[in-house]
Amino acid sequence: MACVELKNINKTFGQIEILPCVNLRIEDGEFVVFVGPSGCGKSTMLRLIAGLEDPSSGDIEIDGEVVTDQSPKERGVGMVFQSYALYPHMSVYENIAFGLKLGKAKKNKIREWVEKTAEVLQLEKLLDRKPRELSGGQRQRVAIGRAMAREPKIMLFDEPLSNLDASLRVQMRTEIAKLHDRLQSTMIYVTHDQVEAMTLADKIVVLNGGNIEQVGTPYELYETPASLFVAGFIGSPKMNLMPGRVAGETGASATTIDIRGLGQVTVNRETSGLKDGDSVTVGVRPEHFSLALSGPDHGLEVVNVEYLGNEAYVYVELPGMQELMVVRQPVPCEVQTGQRVALTTEPELVHVFDASGRALGPFQAESEATEQLAATQ
Amino acid sequence: MNRKLLKKIAAKTGFTVLLAGILLFTVFPFYYAIVTSFKSGSELFDVTWWVSSFNFSNYLSVIGDGSFVGSIWNSVLVSFATVIIAMAFGLTAAYALGRVQFRGRSAVLMIVLGVSMFPQVAVLSGLFEVIRALDLYNNPLALIFSYTIFTLPFTVWILTTFMRQLPKELEEAAIVDGASPMTTLFKVFIPLMWPAMATTGLLAFIAAWNEFLFALTFTLTDDQRTVPVAIALLTGGSQYELPWGNLMAASVIVTVPLVLLVLIFQRRIVSGLTAGAVKG
Repeated sequence: MACVELKNINKTFGQIEILPCVNLRIEDGEFVVFVGPSGCGKSTMLRLIAGLEDPSSGDIEIDGEVVTDQSPKERGVGMVFQSYALYPHMSVYENIAFGLKLGKAKKNKIREWVEKTAEVLQLEKLLDRKPRELSGGQRQRVAIGRAMAREPKIMLFDEPLSNLDASLRVQMRTEIAKLHDRLQSTMIYVTHDQVEAMTLADKIVVLNGGNIEQVGTPYELYETPASLFVAGFIGSPKMNLMPGRVAGETGASATTIDIRGLGQVTVNRETSGLKDGDSVTVGVRPEHFSLALSGPDHGLEVVNVEYLGNEAYVYVELPGMQELMVVRQPVPCEVQTGQRVALTTEPELVHVFDASGRALGPFQAESEATEQLAATQ
Repeated sequence: MNRKLLKKIAAKTGFTVLLAGILLFTVFPFYYAIVTSFKSGSELFDVTWWVSSFNFSNYLSVIGDGSFVGSIWNSVLVSFATVIIAMAFGLTAAYALGRVQFRGRSAVLMIVLGVSMFPQVAVLSGLFEVIRALDLYNNPLALIFSYTIFTLPFTVWILTTFMRQLPKELEEAAIVDGASPMTTLFKVFIPLMWPAMATTGLLAFIAAWNEFLFALTFTLTDDQRTVPVAIALLTGGSQYELPWGNLMAASVIVTVPLVLLVLIFQRRIVSGLTAGAVKG
């Protein structure tokens, strides 16, 4: 049980700066997922917390104590590796007991701990087997067992499910979630799979190029992405992003944005920092569009319809844009390839990002204006 | 179709003939030594291809010779000691060179490789002085010392190569489990390096067992000699007589342990010992 704090962490490998300056606080008992594209520094951050790498500068604190110079064991962390990294010459029992033995625990105490761990992970019948006699899922459970046997304050997972096949991955995901409920220990989990991130996390940390883009609950990340990167990264199929231009007055409760090829949309966003004619990016999730058939002369052309059984993805071409727009539709889907459709959406479902990629928050009338409004009523 | 078959048969026959040729070339001298070792007297000078009768008199006379038996013990002592010392230094050096990042690591490796290419003769006189200075002349310790010098470079090199192949995550897992570098080496790496250790150990053993030049130079008396020198210096009844029978019997006696060792350790050199460590 511990909270972790990263303070101004910088990590450089030779000439390459992996993490420029990271500040992050992880609360006690939280399940935090680091997510991001490959090379974004998420694994490096995990290894820094584990103590397998030393930061170039900055401090790591666990429970308020600076642990930057401590070994993984002194920090009280357990780690599950992507490739499991089980000791191949040891049985499952010995694998789990290895850390305990090194901790100079009593023999009967070790047996007790190992058996308890094996029971939690349903490994009782496999204790005498060697890793090579186990399936992928079983090996992964042994790796988790080895990490949790010493009852670490913090459990770290480095893409633990990426070597498993799809169905086993779903199953292990549930088991890890159950394990967290049961142990209530702080868990930090690295993945590039956003489904794992969304389903497991109490808190997701989205990383891009060594910078933290956004920290929030899965709900916050999906509903209110703070940046263009998060908007594009979270959600599958990804959010439709269209270049737009502010048309008319800004800073009011309703701002009109002109999207080339699609028409105008009026949004209720805080646009006081923008002026008429500024370019922005408009984002709409695929499920927030509604389709209507239009005449052969108007609307946009349907390029492809993907039928997935429970729903269908309709791909629409926006003139002048490379990427196709995606619309999620319930099945049976009314439109067909080659038809022309009109897209509509609700203003509150539209995300707007300024030129630097930052999301514009919802419109907030200045307090003065609100007061005036209250006075007249 | 027929042509293809013919080609296949021709290729197979050619390969078999080649194998037979190589086998004959390598094994025949040893075979002929065995055949000769069972002969005595003037029989020795008749060319026979098969063992006609088992006459153990040569073996009995060699084993009955106290100094020859003594030299076998010297050889055993020197060879095992060399292997053990080379392994101890080689494994720890390989851990440092294979798993620890430090400046000049590849330079050290290149020097090690370079040293292993030194011819023995080049260092013989210098080493002789060293051994005289250490007061080890005419002492098996001198041989252990000089063989270790010549065995270590390739031991380090081979073990380093193997050590590098072990997955990095295994080491990190051990670190997270709280293992010190020594514990990691002895509890995690060495159990996985049995095949490599068997291979290098065997090579070191054979090198020490067969070595002649140093053994001849650094020993003086019969009771300190190793087997290769003892065999070379076996004398017959007179100065002009070479005791072929005894020589061959002695050669067979000292070769058999080597063959047995190779056969035993061959089974230990199993691949896939690391299976199950990482994915796949």
